[in-house]
Amino acid sequence: MTTKNFLLAKKKGMTQIFREDGSVVPVTVLDVSDCAITLLRTPERDSYSAVQVGLKQARDKHVAKPQRVAADKAGVKNYKDHCEFRVDSVEGFELGQELGADVFTIGEVIDIAGKSKGRGFAGSIKAHGFRRGNETHGCQTVRAPGSIGQCAYPGRVFKGTRMAKHLGNSRFTVKNSVIEGIDSERGLLLVRGGVPGPPNGLIQVSTAKTGVQPK
Amino acid sequence: MDKIIQELNTRNMKEETPSFAVGDIVKVDYLIKEGKNERVQPFIGQCIQFKGSGIAKTFTVRRIVQGEGVERTFALHSPRVTNVSIERGPNNKPRRSKLFFLRDRQGRSAQL
Repeated sequence: MTTKNFLLAKKKGMTQIFREDGSVVPVTVLDVSDCAITLLRTPERDSYSAVQVGLKQARDKHVAKPQRVAADKAGVKNYKDHCEFRVDSVEGFELGQELGADVFTIGEVIDIAGKSKGRGFAGSIKAHGFRRGNETHGCQTVRAPGSIGQCAYPGRVFKGTRMAKHLGNSRFTVKNSVIEGIDSERGLLLVRGGVPGPPNGLIQVSTAKTGVQPK
Repeated sequence: MDKIIQELNTRNMKEETPSFAVGDIVKVDYLIKEGKNERVQPFIGQCIQFKGSGIAKTFTVRRIVQGEGVERTFALHSPRVTNVSIERGPNNKPRRSKLFFLRDRQGRSAQL
């Protein structure tokens, strides 16, 4: 694995920026200020290598006791949100080390993971893009899924048949997004295109797993 | 809108935008790249609409080129739009904000 950069972020919302050549780019603004390493997982101790990152410092009383004690033990500050990123080796990372927007470079291809907006129990049209029935000519099945199988043979509904379901509010990764702008002073990342989840949602940003980085 | 985004937009927006209105004949100075050089390419025509708000605000300029109607839409806050100057105003102030009816008109009736 090559070097992997990562950060925890809060989604702030979308806007647009102008490139040098005058073209307009839609971007999502991610707030990455106040992000630091809170724990190192080593193969000897935890049987895997990872870096735990905290986002947004919090007062003692706002942090649950297990997290507070863990932070005390590690000798780092309290953070509101935590997340682990797998790495090849924890070398080069230090406890308490602050991570800023400048760990990334402009043009870097990244994966963005977050929790998508919840849609509740959604019908087959919203959940799977089924087509709807006629609204006129006496039809009474406008948004119904229609047939879900055959008859006496096979006499059952196949597993995995697409039906209404609980939609959203689950982890979702946008792959191969591109970093369009960095403001390390204010701790902002500008990412081309959309990002899963609501404003102020917790977002994990890391170097793309499969995408080709620009040279 | 989030405060952070508002601040970001304010930084990217022009402090002062040229003042002109729908119906004005305007000259838009647009920076284009020709090989290595940059030069200003003016586009003269009638402003027929404003659209959007904030940093996303755009305006459309219409002119007739060789008997063919040509419309260009510019981003008001684009750094490539260096200046917009009013060549002349309309004879009669338009009563609507979008002058799309001009597309169906020719000659004298296409004048305000």
